[in-house]
Amino acid sequence: MYPFTYHRPSSLDDAKARLAASEDGRLLAGGMSLLPTMRFRLASCADLVDLNGIEALAGIERGDGHVRVGAMTRHAAVAGSAEVREAIPALAALAGSIGDVQVRNRGTIGGSICFADPAADYPAGLLGLDATINTDRRAIGADDFFTGLYETALEEGEIAVSVEFAIPERAGWAKFGNQASRFAVVAVMVSQAAGGAVRLAVTGARTHVFRVTEMEQALAANFSEEALDGIPVSSEGLNEDLHADRDYRAHLIGVMARRAVRDALAR
Amino acid sequence: MERETISVTVNGRAYERAVEPRRLLSDFLREDLRLTGTHVGCEHGVCGSCTVMMDGVTARSCLTFAVMADGADIETIEGLGTVDAMHPVQQAFWEKHGLQCGFCTPGMLMTAVELLKANPDPSVDDIRDTISGNLCRCTGYQTIVESIQHAAKLMREDGP
Repeated sequence: MYPFTYHRPSSLDDAKARLAASEDGRLLAGGMSLLPTMRFRLASCADLVDLNGIEALAGIERGDGHVRVGAMTRHAAVAGSAEVREAIPALAALAGSIGDVQVRNRGTIGGSICFADPAADYPAGLLGLDATINTDRRAIGADDFFTGLYETALEEGEIAVSVEFAIPERAGWAKFGNQASRFAVVAVMVSQAAGGAVRLAVTGARTHVFRVTEMEQALAANFSEEALDGIPVSSEGLNEDLHADRDYRAHLIGVMARRAVRDALAR
Repeated sequence: MERETISVTVNGRAYERAVEPRRLLSDFLREDLRLTGTHVGCEHGVCGSCTVMMDGVTARSCLTFAVMADGADIETIEGLGTVDAMHPVQQAFWEKHGLQCGFCTPGMLMTAVELLKANPDPSVDDIRDTISGNLCRCTGYQTIVESIQHAAKLMREDGP
């Protein structure tokens, strides 16, 4: 690993200042993705700004019709949160399905979405639950946040502060995880808002998370597994690796979508 | 690169050391503190053999910079028990042959301790799910699962 200068600010303003003062600065959250990447020398930086000392960035708050999760909130905290389990149980299930115990103890929601791994779970949670990402300077809807392979809409020096989830009428989570890494081969978050609108987001299958509008329309008319019958899923442009070729991933999208609907109806 | 001075408590003992920021917690424990019970296997967060307890919960020490542990309370396998006074989890692994080569064992034990603190009577599924981040290439996991079940029994009988 290449050397760097370490910064441990205790406030968001201090973090912003240190990041702005560096020519080549990077933020460190839980480190569960960044550290392996730095170890492989796929990433390096002159200044590493550790956000773990900023207490205000962690925590879960239930408000009127929404749940706000601080960017530095660990996966284990979301999975075990009484507020999340009551308001959006599918989100708690998603957090509890990430990696393993040690990853969930350290990894954070902000780190996961800003790293934007194509097989990460949280991006599907944010897109499927119509979340808003609050940064140090603006609010970004999940539809606009994930823009490509490891790419987000964040600008240079912009820091994600919290994620706000609208509490849906119902939501379901289904994941076909890699047996070894527990990364999603394909995973689906589906939700229906009080007004009836449905969102269905898929992670693991493309460069970045995406919605399947044909399925959303069918489910808005009839929220049941049967509503998905006969909706074709094209394998064009899907990821292909040693775990699954693109035809298998297309098949899994259909299966996971059904399981997510079943999960939503059972909660 | 400039060194950072950190203060950590490891197994109840306070240490102060100057470390390079890129120093990993696993290397800090093994090389700077000479606590070689924590093992380093894959060195990129897959095998779990470097698992230690950091402020009461398990963490991969190979995916943690030592500077991130400044002010933290760390427990390693050395703090768990001794040959003469084994922790119930160590006793159980010994009695039920929960190890062969022993390389994964320090991490496996720390993970088992965390599980049994939260859940004194885990099911086989709970155990298998919890140790999913700790790889063992010898046992096939069967005797590890039995060891953790046995440890749970020993700890329930002993009381807290």
